[in-house]
Amino acid sequence: MSAHETEHGAEPMHTGMVAPKGRWWVPAHKSEKVWFTIAFAWCMVLFAMMPLWHWKGGQNPSGIRSKVEAADFKARVDQFVADYKVDEMNNIPVVEPPPGSDVYLLGRMWTWYPVLKLRKGVEYTLHLSSIDVNHGFSLYPVNINFQVVPGYDYGLKIVPTEAGEFSIICNEFCGVGHHMMLGKVIVTNEDGSR
Amino acid sequence: MSTIELNVPQSTPLSTLTRLFRRCEVTGLAVHRPAEMLMRANAVAATVALLIGGISAILILLTRWQAVHLLQPMMFYRVLTAHGISMLIFFIIFFEMAVLYFAAGPLLNSRIAAPKFGWFNFALMTTGAVLVEWMIWTGKADVLMTSYIPLRAHPLYYLGIIFFAVGALFVCFQFFATLVIAKREKTYEGSLPLITFGAVTAAIIAVITLLHGAATYIPAFLWSVGLLDMDPQVYRMLWWALGHSSQQINVAAMVAIWYLLGAFTVGAVVLNEKISRTAFVLYILFISMASAHHLLVDPGFSSSWKVVNTSYFMYMAVLASMLHGFTVPAGVEVGQRLRGVTRGLFGWVKNAPWSDPGFSSLVLSVVVFGFVGGITGVTIGTEQINIVVHNTLRVPGHFHATVVSGTAVAFMGLTYYLIPLIFRKKVAFWRLAQVQPYLFAGGMLIFSIFMSFSGGFGVPRRHWDINFSGAPFQQAFHPAVDALMAIMALGGLLAAVGGGLYILITVWSVFFGKPFTEADRVAGAKGLPQGIIRPPRALTAADNRNLPSGRFGHAPGTMALVLIFLAAFAVYYFANWKLLSFVWKIG
Repeated sequence: MSAHETEHGAEPMHTGMVAPKGRWWVPAHKSEKVWFTIAFAWCMVLFAMMPLWHWKGGQNPSGIRSKVEAADFKARVDQFVADYKVDEMNNIPVVEPPPGSDVYLLGRMWTWYPVLKLRKGVEYTLHLSSIDVNHGFSLYPVNINFQVVPGYDYGLKIVPTEAGEFSIICNEFCGVGHHMMLGKVIVTNEDGSR
Repeated sequence: MSTIELNVPQSTPLSTLTRLFRRCEVTGLAVHRPAEMLMRANAVAATVALLIGGISAILILLTRWQAVHLLQPMMFYRVLTAHGISMLIFFIIFFEMAVLYFAAGPLLNSRIAAPKFGWFNFALMTTGAVLVEWMIWTGKADVLMTSYIPLRAHPLYYLGIIFFAVGALFVCFQFFATLVIAKREKTYEGSLPLITFGAVTAAIIAVITLLHGAATYIPAFLWSVGLLDMDPQVYRMLWWALGHSSQQINVAAMVAIWYLLGAFTVGAVVLNEKISRTAFVLYILFISMASAHHLLVDPGFSSSWKVVNTSYFMYMAVLASMLHGFTVPAGVEVGQRLRGVTRGLFGWVKNAPWSDPGFSSLVLSVVVFGFVGGITGVTIGTEQINIVVHNTLRVPGHFHATVVSGTAVAFMGLTYYLIPLIFRKKVAFWRLAQVQPYLFAGGMLIFSIFMSFSGGFGVPRRHWDINFSGAPFQQAFHPAVDALMAIMALGGLLAAVGGGLYILITVWSVFFGKPFTEADRVAGAKGLPQGIIRPPRALTAADNRNLPSGRFGHAPGTMALVLIFLAAFAVYYFANWKLLSFVWKIG
């Protein structure tokens, strides 16, 4: 006698509109058991992938995270600009920090400040914060996206893996000038050439 | 005239209760008239919200379609705010209130608790909604739906949301009280029907959600009048505890409607009460933590916090959806096999009533929600993959496939049954009603897919001008983006036509439609879904002989379909990891 005959041989099946009488906590059908097992196993795969990528993968949003006052962050950015400014583009300073150093990028209505000049293949700690509202750091065309929250310093270890010019799009709504908030990152080759 | 299965014998002496009931001649259920009036009011309010949200949708489409670029920036963000709030909050929650009244009242043959309180709640919700719309359209709340502080709206905006939420919370309490009444007055025997059980889970999640809503909007209101400081990151966490959980109300309500539409249209059965109910309970247990997947690239939280909340917890809710994704179509398959449609693996698909808008909506809702919304959602909600997705168009591409193609399509399908059963009218423009689900869901499918593709190129969501006019630098997107977004806009406009038809059909039916009488239930009659003209016959124990007992159990067709689903899921999921591996090293 198969499982469904023992369960339903005597009773008609019903729709979800019917109040089931008696004991309905009965073993599932074979097909449901099979699917439950497969689905659960798949969820375990999904679960395993995230720790695995932290261990073996190269892209994680871990970062060095801390709270920061807007004025303090602004002061760090200003110091950073004063130390390493090499040029200007459209009145925005271009800053070329030493390889491996801490890099500061400030989001505010409606600019990314300053323009960053980085070197390919070198690790930097990129500090992101805002001094007014939420902004969204979106590096184009690489497609790296992070939330920039006022009062928080998100220090991300990044290694540019390609040379060229990249845009920073703001992808969190920050007011009527949101669409004008476009910044720039220049990545030079290992020897500093463009 | 045939009736579908009943909870109580036809002979229940309703007259001994009150004259406030009528007997539904289609379902045999006892319909409490005050419940019916409240359902009507909430459904009408939902439709008004849908209209406002729909007009906003068209304006947004015509702006993001870069070749048209209709609105000015401030108006664009204003309309976008109105679109989000009107659709995701007002349309959906008003409709869910109607579902709650239905699931505890008529479905249990019960009177509802405190009908006058219901009208008070309706007034409170409507007042809140009007306040919010007023603030938005007069330019005092250009903060988008999420109103992330320190973006500031007028205090009345936050207050309006609070009014609306409190009204909805009260309706949940009314729903629970009705369950107590039904149990005490023995209006049904045994356990709650599965559909009501699903509605109970939706209502419990709603209470959790609305408490988070209080924790978000009450401080935000106090902050807006200068009485309180609020941390922007804490606000984001609280807001998403509200924002994501509220989507889980929709999912629970939608799944309950899937079971209901299956029952109405083809007599879909519940394969196993234990499995389906356990899956609903998983939603309650795990969904609040799943809100963490909105904060995966936020600075305020550690990676372990993100991983624990999204994987351990969220995947148990994912498991629940995968279970329903099997049991709902399997219920349709087995329901048909039991009634003699036994041929082949997919004979039940071929035989299905595809011209019944209730049935086509059910199938479109299940398929698009699962294949597009579900797969993309789980994938982009993965901690690291979110780096290449956050705040790009892939995000709205995902949630339009869940909340519109899933939830809204299910609501629309149910409406074609509510019009005759609750509004007592025939469905107007019947031929249009039969194509409406295909038009709407088809348009939304094109829209979601092409929106997601655009997002894959890094195109931001919530953005007025991706030509960046006035910016200090130049930036042009990949040339494919213009074409992708034009197709997206056309798909969206097609869906808008489908949505417009829905509003036309429902409003016309309800206010100018022909009354539905018993005499209308003849084969081939226009204006009535097949499940009302000829409800699926009740099953007997003898029908169980029609069940296949092969290697894949009772539902071999569904088993084949879910395996295809799993394969698509795996391909998409791992393709995204591959995509991620190409970007700069970040840690």
